[in-house]
Amino acid sequence: MTNKNGRFGVHGGQYIPETLMNAVIELEEAYNHYKNDPEFNKELQTLFNEYAGRPSLLYYAEKMTKDLGGAKIYLKREDLNHTGSHKINNVLGQALLAKKMGKTRLIAETGAGQHGVATATAAALMGMECVVFMGEEDTKRQALNVYRMELLGAKVVPVKTGTATLKDAVSEAMREWTNRISDTHYCLGSVMGPHPFPTIVRDFQAVISKEIKEQILEKEGRLPDAVIACVGGGSNAIGSFYNFIGDESVKLIGCEAAGRGIDTFETAATINTGRLGIFHGMKSYFCQDKYGQIAPVYSISAGLDYPGIGPEHANLHDTGRAQYVPVTDDEAVEAFEYLSRTEGIIPAIESAHAVAHAMKIAPKMDKDEIIVITISGRGDKDCAAIARYKGVTYVGEDE
Amino acid sequence: MSNIKKAFENGKAFIAFITCGDPDLETTKKAVIEMANNGADLIELGIPFSDPTAEGPVIQGANLRALTGGVTTDKIFDMVRDLRNEVSIPMVFMTYANVVYSYDADVFIKTCSEIGIDGLILPDLPFEEKEEFDDICHKYGVDLVSLIAPTSENRIAMIAKEAEGFIYVVSSLGVTGTRTEITTDLGSIVKAIRENTDVPCAIGFGISTPEQAKKMADVSDGAIVGSAIIKIIEKYGRECPKYVGEYVKSMKEAMA
Repeated sequence: MTNKNGRFGVHGGQYIPETLMNAVIELEEAYNHYKNDPEFNKELQTLFNEYAGRPSLLYYAEKMTKDLGGAKIYLKREDLNHTGSHKINNVLGQALLAKKMGKTRLIAETGAGQHGVATATAAALMGMECVVFMGEEDTKRQALNVYRMELLGAKVVPVKTGTATLKDAVSEAMREWTNRISDTHYCLGSVMGPHPFPTIVRDFQAVISKEIKEQILEKEGRLPDAVIACVGGGSNAIGSFYNFIGDESVKLIGCEAAGRGIDTFETAATINTGRLGIFHGMKSYFCQDKYGQIAPVYSISAGLDYPGIGPEHANLHDTGRAQYVPVTDDEAVEAFEYLSRTEGIIPAIESAHAVAHAMKIAPKMDKDEIIVITISGRGDKDCAAIARYKGVTYVGEDE
Repeated sequence: MSNIKKAFENGKAFIAFITCGDPDLETTKKAVIEMANNGADLIELGIPFSDPTAEGPVIQGANLRALTGGVTTDKIFDMVRDLRNEVSIPMVFMTYANVVYSYDADVFIKTCSEIGIDGLILPDLPFEEKEEFDDICHKYGVDLVSLIAPTSENRIAMIAKEAEGFIYVVSSLGVTGTRTEITTDLGSIVKAIRENTDVPCAIGFGISTPEQAKKMADVSDGAIVGSAIIKIIEKYGRECPKYVGEYVKSMKEAMA
């Protein structure tokens, strides 16, 4: 899918300071070597199976299917992975790669905290030092995850610049990487940033669609009609889509965080409201003003609260192979509650964006059609924030 | 080749960076005039960006103050038009790729040429990505300045061979900001550059004192100072031009 310097159509590339160029070139060379190395792949597979709990379940949501009265709904349960989200897939891959490259220190950005927790976990397991950059706003929204990272031995640096959210955490992690390269690997958490990150992260996340395909063929004897996933930077979505890109009959639908709506400024729906630009190492779509200043985006979900989208998604949008739809805070919260009550599964508020869209389209589909929704993470981390959103006071809340 | 070569005709060049619109464009204009009158050889005009990933806290602060004050690319173009009636010193823009790209790179660079901007420094545009901007820069006679870092090593020859205007040698790892000590072996980097090009090279990142400026100028063709100037502007606000002028004078004299 990629050509020179990691382009996906016009998107991608390596828009980074000269100081980092040899680091990304070294990373690309190491990755190209190890991705075909049987020993590396065996070690990674063992980590996936024995440590992360893969393969994750493909669960038939029978009650939800009956309730919505249309397409048959399956949930890809990435929330059941160790650390509670799909982030562990990428992190185990990158941490193993970094270790092979002789790096002893991992740095990472995090929004909701899921990627930070996964990175801190891998660092603990592999005996590496770990520093996680997290927007100060997010350290408040996701205080429990800050504690989890510290418990795992990581240092969490609250980022106060800009909007003090995910984009600022990425900027700060990039600054730190230019400052200390020789022993440090930047464990980027999504399919974004400069080449080769979008490709590396996609390859490690592609296990999601590889498993979906095997599992659905075993259960249904055919491919699904639609695969739906939430999109911030887009790692769980590209992981869910990747092995279906060549299967034209499978609709690929990414759900963007519309916040309070795509007709407001309080949104993070990049494809629906952004335009082509260059930021954080890549050419892609970004929410920005007419002078190219990056917009202060908003979503209830800290993990989708990012003004850009990975370059491969931007290209899937351009070619029409995937469709990107906006889902508002209200719709996501409703889906969060719906899935909890209907199936007894509390999804991450990020994943609830995908559930919300499935709730819109499933009733209009035939009963013999199949939808797979990726539940990218579990929702425990979001309970306090959703309760606040709903104006509910619960025992133990100190605000 | 643009006007930039003139910056290297008065001994070692002192290159001064300022963020446009911090605290307002009128102050920026006055400060540039003071710098030009006090011995600066080249001015880097920073167009603020919301997310300046190559900058340390000092210049990040300047970007934020300028944007909060309502500065835009168009207002900066207007200021440069005015400024060109008063000073003939070579000037370049320093900003991020998206500021140029989203404006429409062709229109942006054409405007640079019309208003007397001699070059463009984009810290997030490495050698591998420069082509799409390079062609437009050639069309309008604006130099796209190349950067070389302590980590460039085997890339120095490749970058130096295609360099235009001047080469910005990054003194240290990390982002912009003053440093008490610069430990990179800059002599070897400059030597490797000179084996490949006659384009002058100036060293930036971390330089604040006259002693550092002299040391850097001794091994190269000039010194670039940003954060130290921004600190003076931050301290004195609208009263800063006089103090900025005095500072520039002391730096240029030390390099003589």
